[in-house]
Amino acid sequence: MSELNKAMIEQYRNSFLSEVEANVEEGEWVKMCMQCGVCSGSCPLGKHWAHPPQEIFMMIRAGKREEVLTSDSMWMCTSCYNCIVRCPRQLPITHIMHGLATYAKKLGLTPKNQPTAKFAEIFWNNMMKKGRVNELKLGLSLYFKDGFGPGIKEALRNKDLGMKMMKAKRMAAGEFFGGHGVKDVSGLQKMIKKAQELEDARMKKFDEPEASQDG
Amino acid sequence: MSEQAEKKYAAYICTGCGIGDRLDAGELEQTASRDGRMNVVKQHEMLCSQDGVQMIRNDIDKEGVNHAVIVGCSRRAKVEAFAFNDIAMTRCNIREGVIWARPDTEEAKETTQEMANDYIRMSCAEIKQMNKPSPSGQQGRNPNVLVVGGGITGMTAAIEAAEAGYSVHLVEKSSALGGHVARLHKRVPFKAAPVGTPNSPDANLPMPEDTGIGDIIAAVEGNDNIKVYLNSTVTKTSGAPGRFSVDISTESGDTITENIGSIVQATGFKLYDPENLPEFNYAGSPDIITNLELEELANAAGDGPIKRPSDGKEVTSVLFVQDVGQNSSDEGRLPYDSGIGDLVSIKQALYFKHHNGDGCDATICYDNLRTPGAPGEDFYRSGQRNGVIFTKSEVKEVVPGDSITVKMHDKILDEDAEVKVDLVVLDLGMVPNSGPDPYAANEALEGMSDEDRAEELEAQEAHAADETSVKVESILNLDYRQGTDLPHLKHGFTDSHFICFPYETRRTGIYAAGPVRRPMDMKQAMDDATGAAMKAIQEIENAAQGRAAHPRVGDLSYPTFRKEGCTQCKRCTVECPFGAIDEDEERYPQYNEARCRRCGTCMGACPVRVISFENYSVNTVGAQIKECDIPEEWDEKPRILVLACENDAYPALDQAAISGEEISPWARVIPVRCLGSTSLSWVTDALNNGFDGIIMMGCKRGDDYQCHFVRGSTMAAERMAKVGDTLETLNLEPERVVVHEVAITDIERAPALIKEMEETIEKVGLSPFKF
Repeated sequence: MSELNKAMIEQYRNSFLSEVEANVEEGEWVKMCMQCGVCSGSCPLGKHWAHPPQEIFMMIRAGKREEVLTSDSMWMCTSCYNCIVRCPRQLPITHIMHGLATYAKKLGLTPKNQPTAKFAEIFWNNMMKKGRVNELKLGLSLYFKDGFGPGIKEALRNKDLGMKMMKAKRMAAGEFFGGHGVKDVSGLQKMIKKAQELEDARMKKFDEPEASQDG
Repeated sequence: MSEQAEKKYAAYICTGCGIGDRLDAGELEQTASRDGRMNVVKQHEMLCSQDGVQMIRNDIDKEGVNHAVIVGCSRRAKVEAFAFNDIAMTRCNIREGVIWARPDTEEAKETTQEMANDYIRMSCAEIKQMNKPSPSGQQGRNPNVLVVGGGITGMTAAIEAAEAGYSVHLVEKSSALGGHVARLHKRVPFKAAPVGTPNSPDANLPMPEDTGIGDIIAAVEGNDNIKVYLNSTVTKTSGAPGRFSVDISTESGDTITENIGSIVQATGFKLYDPENLPEFNYAGSPDIITNLELEELANAAGDGPIKRPSDGKEVTSVLFVQDVGQNSSDEGRLPYDSGIGDLVSIKQALYFKHHNGDGCDATICYDNLRTPGAPGEDFYRSGQRNGVIFTKSEVKEVVPGDSITVKMHDKILDEDAEVKVDLVVLDLGMVPNSGPDPYAANEALEGMSDEDRAEELEAQEAHAADETSVKVESILNLDYRQGTDLPHLKHGFTDSHFICFPYETRRTGIYAAGPVRRPMDMKQAMDDATGAAMKAIQEIENAAQGRAAHPRVGDLSYPTFRKEGCTQCKRCTVECPFGAIDEDEERYPQYNEARCRRCGTCMGACPVRVISFENYSVNTVGAQIKECDIPEEWDEKPRILVLACENDAYPALDQAAISGEEISPWARVIPVRCLGSTSLSWVTDALNNGFDGIIMMGCKRGDDYQCHFVRGSTMAAERMAKVGDTLETLNLEPERVVVHEVAITDIERAPALIKEMEETIEKVGLSPFKF
């Protein structure tokens, strides 16, 4: 059977749905969606998404693996929880969106230069250094994420706001040098490392059946 | 007139509920004795109390009172207290009808008193035309129930009736009991998930259940009160409830005649023929099957996987196409939806999850998913939980092949898709197994000119003679003048008063149950069968006492006709909505009391006014119209006659008064059994008497009728369409006579309609016929 035919057969079949169930946080809820569309209607950013939640769920059922995982829709979720509150089937939609985003990132399918994805990475790395978010560095990292030139431009554009924040002591220039942190940074890092190991082990368990599916 | 001499009339005036405060009771009493010429007139401060009722009872027992007018509340109130069934009785409504409908003011006092006086005059005139109803004695008690159809509906009805002590004759056309359910692998669950079942993707939700049909068949076969006739049909049904004579033709060719009290028709449904749907290619592959055929595949699978018919390959993917040939406006397809097809497909998709494992993909292509019934939503979730894929989509084409290709349009993603599967299941609609509609030909003739009508009749005859045309076989073979089977509403489903009396058909004592009445599933059909058995039992007992069925439950009066006056025009036999009237050897109408619902449509139809009930006739109403006091023209007090259907319009007016709505002081309301009983002579009499306007209030007519006698309201409207001619000959304005559809909920509208007529009269002036 040619690859083309195989792709056809997978439409409206369970293969991708099972993959999502196994690998995506709260993914086992996707099949319970009844396609009422209340989530899409409730999402304050819904009209800016390529695929609102209802559509994402249908795409998963329709077996559109590539389209779903490379989509930037789930990265657009602001965690306002409107959809969860309103879903008549009580699907944890926000969590599923984040779960899909995480899974897509793990597979390296995140769209290039997806700002939310980038911000999340910068935020995580920033926080991991000292166990506290260094707001000054976080802001600067964001300004310079697209290179030195745009970074300077962005910084100048925001300089008045920055000065005001300094005056109001909402931002300290001293943070640029080292900055504050938790008491036991190495303890925190050890803890996170352990959690990462546990998560990797959990994912590995799902990797195996998935591998056999591929073969 | 010795009989006349034996009549003793009495009027009992209640002064309770504020009647005595608002009205001059002495004047009322005087009206009843002087104008009404009652032999006995008494007042009581609370007539419905034990003491008041006893007073009347004593007069009946000791004083020989046999005709009584109860003056007080509406006939719809205190029915139990004033249940004097051994005399002729009428109720004069001066509570809801007068004091509650009028404001308690000094200026309204005079007209309110006039209103009450008038109603007393009218009731006294009415009672003189009434006789105590007594049953014909046409039939005794016959405890036999005939059930036609041995499926789940028929068997349930049979068991229910038998367990209540009635003996049942169960006639089944095929060679075995069980019907469609006997062919099912499993049934849709009957119960929802228990309360408190958590909402989670792994909650315990209802799954397909065993049908239990074996136990039901055994219960029927083991019941001494049930006699089963297999391979048998009903070849003739004559008589009436309580005295049906039914010929049952059995397998051996014998005909057994049974005496039957009432009948349940549970003839079920057949599946729509998929051959009529070329795009789904049913004939193109053995792997494109109907939902019923899948049940057989599942049965054949035993404990193993379900295999596809073409090559015996284990099914790894199956697709269900919902609502094929249903909800369609195309010629030859079903204009309705069976409503249960989605439940059935969820059930069948779960067969595959059970038999063929989770690896077997089951996809349901629906447009509007409907899962009616208590377990419906839980069962839908059960399907989802077990991995059935639901897609809102339109299947355009099913293409046969080694794998079946389904071409569809996904309505959520708005794109076309092609899916290849091992097996395709078509969700076909349910077509009722009814006999031919007695009125099918009439409907085609409605509104035609006489010439067209003759032509159409000829064409129909030619069509009937044409051997290739499919003739629907009769099921009951009634020898009624109005056709062999139960009348249809639409699409072949039997007609009933859908809102108020869904079990009643248009043939008294014959009850349709199950999918012949409307599409339904097994659980609904069993509930339906229980209801029908209940009605059948009720009718046996009613017929035994000569009592009417819905909606005039318990009425003992029935129509008779004065033979000398009858012109044999047959209008009564044609217009009776219930086919109650046959024709005897001399071509006179032959009334069948037990088939009659006492609406009086025959009475309204009769051009020579020879049809009457003991307690309701052209004269009982005519006398009221004549006795109503018409003020002189210079008094400037118009009179409006309101003929109100007692089922909806009259209670709406009562309720209006109860809710404090004002009713015009010029209105005089006379309740009629059905607007269909309205005689044109009442209209002419009223106009000649000087009434300024006439309002007829009946129930909604048409396809979604609410007329309690199905056709009465329609017949009335048709007859009254010609009333314009009468008005013209009298030189009166046509707007003086109006027909309105009034529902029981029209509490504000009903008085407003009377007000409207008041304004009309103001415009066109008082009637010139006051003298």
